[in-house]
Amino acid sequence: MTLASRKTPPVESLGQGLPPPSRGRPHNGRPQGLPLLLRLCALAPILLSACAASPTPTPTQTLTIFAASSLLGAFTEMGDSFESAHPAVSVALNFDGSQSLRAQIEQGAMADVFASANAEEIEALAAQSLIATSQPFAANSLIVILPSANTAGIQSLADLARPGLFLVLAANDVPVGRYSRQALEKLNAQFGADYSTRVLANLVSDESNAKQIVAKVQLGEADAGIVYVSDSVAAPDLLTLAIPPEYNVTAEYPIAALANAPHPELAAEFIAFVLSADGQSILEKWGFRPVK
Amino acid sequence: MPGSVLVSLLAVPLAALLWRALSQNFAAHIITHSAFAALRISLVTSTLTTFFTIIIGTPLAYALARWPFRGRPLIELIIDLPIVLPPAVAGLALLIAFGRQGVFGMWLGAFGITLPFTTTAVVIAQTFVAAPLYVRTARVGFAAVDVQLEESAYAEGATQWQLFRHVMLPLTARSLLSGAILCWTRALGEFGATILFAGNLEGRTQTMPLAIYLGFERDLGVALALSTLLIATSIVLLAVLRWLDHSTPDQ
Repeated sequence: MTLASRKTPPVESLGQGLPPPSRGRPHNGRPQGLPLLLRLCALAPILLSACAASPTPTPTQTLTIFAASSLLGAFTEMGDSFESAHPAVSVALNFDGSQSLRAQIEQGAMADVFASANAEEIEALAAQSLIATSQPFAANSLIVILPSANTAGIQSLADLARPGLFLVLAANDVPVGRYSRQALEKLNAQFGADYSTRVLANLVSDESNAKQIVAKVQLGEADAGIVYVSDSVAAPDLLTLAIPPEYNVTAEYPIAALANAPHPELAAEFIAFVLSADGQSILEKWGFRPVK
Repeated sequence: MPGSVLVSLLAVPLAALLWRALSQNFAAHIITHSAFAALRISLVTSTLTTFFTIIIGTPLAYALARWPFRGRPLIELIIDLPIVLPPAVAGLALLIAFGRQGVFGMWLGAFGITLPFTTTAVVIAQTFVAAPLYVRTARVGFAAVDVQLEESAYAEGATQWQLFRHVMLPLTARSLLSGAILCWTRALGEFGATILFAGNLEGRTQTMPLAIYLGFERDLGVALALSTLLIATSIVLLAVLRWLDHSTPDQ
């Protein structure tokens, strides 16, 4: 039961008002394949433990959470904790790029809570009265990831500008992609005015979210990628290069209940849990920093 | 009537998309740089895919139709598989085989050839998913030709090439053209294998379906305009297919 509710994003209403996107785009709003595989792998332990657990009371309410894909690990655990504290509640999680989730909500997808990787998406939804208030709940910064074999022999941030490397970033419209380019610009101060241009000359793919970058680096197809620290925590087999704080870009994650949330009280409780000491320690475990 | 439900399900979304796309400034969105780049990449890659498929696929289709060689069922299975497999599986398989760390990719790398993230990778991904449609259609076309025609041509001393050029080709031209159109349409719409194997970079590997996918999050106008263009192209190609079907003479 937990199994079904966890894996099925509430997308029945996605098609209303606007036709579904063209062919090749599966119903849950992300390309099939690696990210899905990774997601299922990440869920496997939870699914197994759910199956192994002694019979629990039948959940009567399903709380639907839309969360940025960088929150996959943290919010999966968050949902588990919330479920054990609320036996009558089943938490359904839908992970995707923040802007993709916003598009889904705009097109009528029903959700109780939206945890975004940037403020713009929340503000856009607030402008349409789909969200009343929001608050920051976590901060995330950037890190360079390298495949464990590191066949390109990248030793420092300066090496990223070496011609012929395969660099994979998120697209400029995706928050993590925009932040990555901002960080590269800042690094010009240390490595020379054309550093960011030379690094971007190595760009071979604009991915739609950070998980795609992790997958391509894990496979060794890309020599380097820039993702959130939380993404690298979730993929411990990767090598990392830290970006010094003065050049790094910090993303503040806001969380909000949807104005037309089917379960407004539960939504408020979940947000309170995320902001509680317990919730914040889960986030910290997954590489996020608390917001003051 | 239940049938109308299904027809509506198929027609309403497409009609709604067209209506929405045409009620905006369609031309302004098509003339953007990224839309134009995607259009160019799509046309170049799908045409190359179809070209290579015809060159390599025609002899294969003929062999499958005529020569009962050992292992034919296996080859037929291999050709049918990509049609039923999800394109993401195709993309992953291509990456595992021809990626830089892939089984054959490492070997290619020794010769300085790198496939992932290149326009060549787009063509390979499209060929993987689209070529089977051509081979299947062409095989059915070849199989439908009366064997006695070939035998009498041989009896009169025709070479293999003459037989193909003057007997088989005129009789199967319609099947081959239908297969080529199916292959081209499928290549034009390829998404899953491309985004995994070739990545997504404007002007190099970003085809129309990829631009539509990202446009959904970035610029809905461009996504709608490109979708309209793909729908229009598909309608024209399907109309040609129907015309070919109806005008096929009895053999």
